Amino acid sequence: MTDAEAHAQHAGLAHQFEDLDQQQDADALGIWLFLVTEIMFFGGLFASYAIYRWLYFPAFQGGSHILDIRLGAANTIILLGSSLTMVLSVRSAQVGNRRALILFLVATMILGGIFLGVKAYEYNQKFVEHVVPSLDWAPEGQTLARLAPGGLEHAQMYFVFYFAMTGLHAIHMIIGMGLLLWLVFRARKNDFTPHYFAPVEVVGLYWHFVDIVWIFLFPLLYLIGGRY
Amino acid sequence: MSTATLEPRVHAPRNYLNADYGWKSWLFTLDHKRIALLYMVSVSFFFIIGGSFAVLMRIHLVEPQGALVQPETYNKLFTLHGIVMIFFFLIPSIPAVLGNFLVPLMVGARDLAFPKLNLLSWYIYIVGGMFTLYSAIAGGVDTGWTFYTPYSSTYSNTQVTAVAIGVFITGFSSILTGLNFIVTIHKMRAPGLTWFRMPLFLWAMYATSIIMVLGTPVLAITLFLLALEHLFHVGIFSPALGGDPLLFQHLFWFYSHPAVYIMILPAMGVVSEIIACFARKRIFGYKIIAFSSVAIAVLGFLVWGHHMFVTGQSVYAGLIFSMLSFLVAIPSAIKVFNWTSTLYKGSISYEAPMLYALGFIGLFTMGGLTGLFLASLATDVHLNGTYFIVAHFHYIMVGGAVMGYLGGIHFWWPKISGRKYPDMWARIGAVIIFIGFNLTFFPQFILGYLGMPRRYAFYPAEFQVLNVMSSAGATVLGVGYMIPLIYLIWSMRYGPISEPNPWGATGLEWKTASPPPTENFAQIPVVTEEAYAYAPEEAAGD
Repeated sequence: MTDAEAHAQHAGLAHQFEDLDQQQDADALGIWLFLVTEIMFFGGLFASYAIYRWLYFPAFQGGSHILDIRLGAANTIILLGSSLTMVLSVRSAQVGNRRALILFLVATMILGGIFLGVKAYEYNQKFVEHVVPSLDWAPEGQTLARLAPGGLEHAQMYFVFYFAMTGLHAIHMIIGMGLLLWLVFRARKNDFTPHYFAPVEVVGLYWHFVDIVWIFLFPLLYLIGGRY
Repeated sequence: MSTATLEPRVHAPRNYLNADYGWKSWLFTLDHKRIALLYMVSVSFFFIIGGSFAVLMRIHLVEPQGALVQPETYNKLFTLHGIVMIFFFLIPSIPAVLGNFLVPLMVGARDLAFPKLNLLSWYIYIVGGMFTLYSAIAGGVDTGWTFYTPYSSTYSNTQVTAVAIGVFITGFSSILTGLNFIVTIHKMRAPGLTWFRMPLFLWAMYATSIIMVLGTPVLAITLFLLALEHLFHVGIFSPALGGDPLLFQHLFWFYSHPAVYIMILPAMGVVSEIIACFARKRIFGYKIIAFSSVAIAVLGFLVWGHHMFVTGQSVYAGLIFSMLSFLVAIPSAIKVFNWTSTLYKGSISYEAPMLYALGFIGLFTMGGLTGLFLASLATDVHLNGTYFIVAHFHYIMVGGAVMGYLGGIHFWWPKISGRKYPDMWARIGAVIIFIGFNLTFFPQFILGYLGMPRRYAFYPAEFQVLNVMSSAGATVLGVGYMIPLIYLIWSMRYGPISEPNPWGATGLEWKTASPPPTENFAQIPVVTEEAYAYAPEEAAGD
């Protein structure tokens, strides 16, 4: 069987493909298509956000001013940093530097972890300020003063979108970190070579996508006009 | 353990069915052909469930005051009938069963690009199905399959969340199938199989996959928001809490209108294969049919507003949506004209698949033309929400998609099972289904035109004759569906062994053994001719 010989050439080659090039092409197209579905998925949410922001702008502005812009900005920088380390890990895989690959993958995970930690702190703040829709919704004092002009009901809707959008984003981050961990294990087993590192590239593209979502979320949620 | 030792088959060559035995070899298989059979069994199961809901409804409607169930139960019957039939039968039927089986064979590959994702999609489908069955057992849902807010999110006390989760989960199985098909068709075609040599079934699957990949995520996020509103009573779609119920309808139909094309495009692909084979002619206007599939997929995304003519949607938006809806009729009509032109001067034989395909053309034409009444703003005001709509979409979905599915099953059954079914029974079944279908749904056009609203458990006494006709037709239709179920199962064991290409059809799937070996082809084939080279001397001219 010449086929069996061809497939024995590399452990990473699946039986349905003729060669590694074809497999890599298929993997790349597959992940890009998957990202398209993700854009449509978040797109429905962004479209709904856009409509209500247009309808209830003062409420959305008031809600936005409750958020801590410094934490949001810090998280943006952290996440952009993680994109850099992700690119560097793909590069390390490409040149066959296993040590650097593992190092940068772990660095990416750490940055992702810090991001989620900050996010968890922010979520906790929302409970402290009693601006969690349905579960703990009783804004008072200065918070109430900021939210009242736009109407409390509509401010609650802003926070529904805040939690839905950042929550879905966080779930994607957690899945991404699981995938990074899987890559670390495979890299330790020496699975990747300069000829075969498609999984690193695929997870990398996913990670960048999740970053880009945040790049949109940050201004949409934190930077609604006229704060200072 | 092994059944092979108990009943030795004479010289049965190795194929995907006898390559391995035992439940593990099925539940953990990565072979696209076995996954197709897993899907076939599951969608048949859901078809029977959804069908029995329909039977109960039709029995109930024999009498004007309702003959069988309480109105609340009736609401749950039509809701679950819709949800099960659309999300668990029609959408996966041709793509996940015939598409899964045929796409790798037709492109000349050993499997789909991502076999593990393919198996995963089946498991996701099953988990989604379990949630839906749970919701049916735990009390049912009464919102209609459209889940319109604020009724579904605020007022309904039924299992909205469970069923929304079920449909949400199942959506991902359809996304994975679509993604797999697109990558396979792009990257894994055999040498010589250029885009314009592909069978039209592949073009149809490609167009369908585009809709699955682009549309389904929007349904997912919509149901996510609906479940959020239902669980936490926060305002997203509920007007009482500042939300906009029309936003839900926009988001819902953005997927659910294109979903109609997920159901009908694959059936059109099947019909193109069958018509060319049994007319023994190259299909008329190959490229036009191929492009019309893509055109339907693209235009299908721009017409969702025609479901909302009588809501608070702007009249100007309605005008645009009306015009765009008329535009979709063009590629659909092109297909019908091309099929009939293919028949012209063909050497036609009326095998069972051909009967289904001809039935499809007639019923789809009826369904399509009545769609034009609904795309017109003025007539839609009269017909919206009546049985006219019910009849219209059943002509498309049952008369179109189910006829296409059954035609495809009959056409490729010798390939799938390696056996032949009794031809006479198959023809009788096809005719009974055609008659039963028309008897069931044609009276509903009249009922709707006369003003009988859909989704009501009661109706005025003067509509009884037409309703009884419809119920009688449903009985005939039910018998019609039982016939293939029986002889197809029978043929798996007792049917005569089929040769690799019993119809003398073109296409790579017929060039390998029946049933195909696990690796599909001993050697990857090389394609040197156009699709449908039934009359070689003509083929060169096109």
